Amino acid sequence: MPLSFRGGVHPDDKKADTRKKAIEVLPAPGQVVLPVSMHIGAPAAPVVSVGEHVKMGQVVAETAGAVSARVHATVSGTVTAIEPRPHPNGTNVMSIVIENDYNDELFEGIKPVDRFHSIDAQELADIAEAAGIVGLGGAMFPTHVKISSSVGKVDTLIINGAECEPYITSDNRQMLECGEEIINGVTLLMKALKLDTAYIAIESNKRSAIEKIRRLIAKKDGLKLKVLRTKYPQGAEKQLIKSVCGREVPPGGLPSAVGVLNINVGTVIALSRAVETGMPLLTKVVTVSGSAVANPKNLLARIGTPLRELFSAAGGFKDNPYKVLMGGPMMGISQYSLDVPVIKGTNAILAFCEKEDAYSEQQVCIRCGKCVGACPMNLMPVYLHMYGNRGMLDECEKLNVTDCIECGCCSYICPGRLHLVQSFKNTKQRLAALKKKKGAR
Amino acid sequence: MLSEEKLIMTSSPHIKTEDDTRSIMLDVIIALTFPLIMAICFFGWRSLTLTLTAVASCIAFEWLYRYFMKKPSSIGDLSAVVTGMLIAFNLPVTTPMWIPVVGSFFAIVIVKQLYGGLGKNFMNPALGARAFLLSWPALISLWVKAKPLADSSFPLLKSISREALSPDVIAAATPLAKMKQGFLPSTPMPSVDGDIVSTLRDMAVGNIAGCIGEVSAIVLIAAGIYLIVRKVITPHIPLAYISTVAVLTYLFPRGGNDPLQWMLFSLTSGGLMLGAVFMATDYVTSPVSKTGRIIYGIGCGLLTVLIRYFGAYPEGVSFAILIMNVCVWAIEKISRPGRFGVKRFKKAGDTK
Ligand code: SF4
Ligand code: SF4
Repeated sequence: MPLSFRGGVHPDDKKADTRKKAIEVLPAPGQVVLPVSMHIGAPAAPVVSVGEHVKMGQVVAETAGAVSARVHATVSGTVTAIEPRPHPNGTNVMSIVIENDYNDELFEGIKPVDRFHSIDAQELADIAEAAGIVGLGGAMFPTHVKISSSVGKVDTLIINGAECEPYITSDNRQMLECGEEIINGVTLLMKALKLDTAYIAIESNKRSAIEKIRRLIAKKDGLKLKVLRTKYPQGAEKQLIKSVCGREVPPGGLPSAVGVLNINVGTVIALSRAVETGMPLLTKVVTVSGSAVANPKNLLARIGTPLRELFSAAGGFKDNPYKVLMGGPMMGISQYSLDVPVIKGTNAILAFCEKEDAYSEQQVCIRCGKCVGACPMNLMPVYLHMYGNRGMLDECEKLNVTDCIECGCCSYICPGRLHLVQSFKNTKQRLAALKKKKGAR
Repeated sequence: MLSEEKLIMTSSPHIKTEDDTRSIMLDVIIALTFPLIMAICFFGWRSLTLTLTAVASCIAFEWLYRYFMKKPSSIGDLSAVVTGMLIAFNLPVTTPMWIPVVGSFFAIVIVKQLYGGLGKNFMNPALGARAFLLSWPALISLWVKAKPLADSSFPLLKSISREALSPDVIAAATPLAKMKQGFLPSTPMPSVDGDIVSTLRDMAVGNIAGCIGEVSAIVLIAAGIYLIVRKVITPHIPLAYISTVAVLTYLFPRGGNDPLQWMLFSLTSGGLMLGAVFMATDYVTSPVSKTGRIIYGIGCGLLTVLIRYFGAYPEGVSFAILIMNVCVWAIEKISRPGRFGVKRFKKAGDTK
């Protein structure tokens, strides 16, 4: 019986379009746009100026604060602008724009780490920081912070290859094509953090990736494969940890609170590369798919490449797109412009030509309780929505609205077509604002 | 062709399950046709005309109310059809045709729409109507023996009076009424005119006197399984309800009867199966969490047996469910799912 957690939903996985498409290298674009915020935490501070020539792999924005991450030039060329540009999160964010000179001139500072086999945790964290690595599954939490805060607290390492969002196959392809690097990276992490066990967790619908990893870990001590039930949101951090080792991360807590370090497969690959070659994080594997895309595929794109280029490389649109998403259909963010760049957390871009989601003018809750059964955080969305609508924020707080991970299961399953998640995001913002006000007094 | 003029922005999630209120109600209607077919087999075509009358009146009242209150029409969600069918299913086949019309008015206008429509009412509309219709006890308690379709000769629309019926059709008492006096339905009561002996097999199949939709326990169970398989309902309420009745009747049989017999007859008699499968599971008037549903089901079972044993009426199902309807808000408060992450975790080494 594959491992699982309580709640969740079973959307059609729609991965068939790209599952077998090997990762293709997308040629670097004429111009890259690098937002200084491609991570959780303080925006990085630009360290180059307009007109300056930069080399590929050179730092263009430096870590600013304890939780922050570096940004590197992903092409060589000239900085043409440092100004706010559209960001996938829907706002305008300060970005460094580099005109590509197509020389891919490598920055001199990039070289492999010498003492490869005896790296300790602090060194590994430093390498991650230098390479600008963040959680590539989408969370974009700086990896060096994750590693250094895990020292001494963690007994279990979980590598997240669940990839539960429909359409997306980028992690699946990376497991198939870069399996060795994953094993390398896991071994590095285990040594650095002095761990005996690491689990590689994969959803049961990725059979070839499971086989591949099974073969690779056959001779390795302490490396274990965990096959998870195919169910959304199996890849969400708290649900994954619950499925793999039965531990529940406490409200507001980090995985380290239950002794777990959880890292996405793509992040492990980036880490392994940073150690082996010294290469910072410059590229990202992105699934390009959706009903409007002519030839769905997986692309290895330079970070900073405008979405437009990726869609072109995937044969353009069959039809005028109606909606474009960055990320999967359950948690992805809709985009109004194709000029926004691929960022570190981008694992898919999707375009749809017609309404894929059922929308209803009349939203009536019939109290079916399906949202309660589907909520992986054990919340009662039906009541959160009712109290939220009436502005009863205290009640929402009592019902733990702050635990909501915005996974979208409740909205997905609701037969009354209520906009539940949207309402909870709003409630959380109002609660946070209220807290701030109280704190100020 | 990379135009982006018309990209729309919405909040996640961007996909939704296909099941909506209408498709769920359609599934309930499909499940309700199982007992309807049995009703026609046992009581003749008049069962169908009664059902259609109730359904048509429910739709009409729902539409009229929303029209005059200038609210968007809601008949498309099909919930009125379900209510109509359930009202009819709780009536004997001899009921005058105006009764389901009055019942529908009460259910739709008073119980449902005055509280704001679907999802807002706190009482099950069909059960509310049934309780209201007990104001005319004589009109809804002329029981007839179930007869095979072939020789059923009830008029489709015209009223049926006791005098017009041949005496061998009239049933003196439903199995439940006999049980009220402590007799098993399979025990003959020669002293009573028109007594019918119903074996356990009759009870299971539905070859007994009773309301048109409640008689066939087996078919109602099948309908329940259909609803569970289609994920319309979860099994918690029906299972908790039926098990509670089973345990209580087994532990406390009446009239010195064999506990097992008494239990089986209790489970197959009256409106228990119809209530457990279709009435107690009404979304709007039952709890939303699993724990809540189990508590609610147990409560329904407990009250049903109490009313059957000690109440004024032989049947306790409707009142039991109505009383539990009123308690739902309290049950909801004590049955919240446990918060994620407050359980203590086991330390390393036991992560098998
Ligand atoms: S799923 Fe939708 S209709 Fe059902 S209880 Fe939750 S909010 Fe109400
Ligand atoms: S309430 Fe939050 S955590 Fe629960 S299903 Fe909805 S979005 Fe997910």
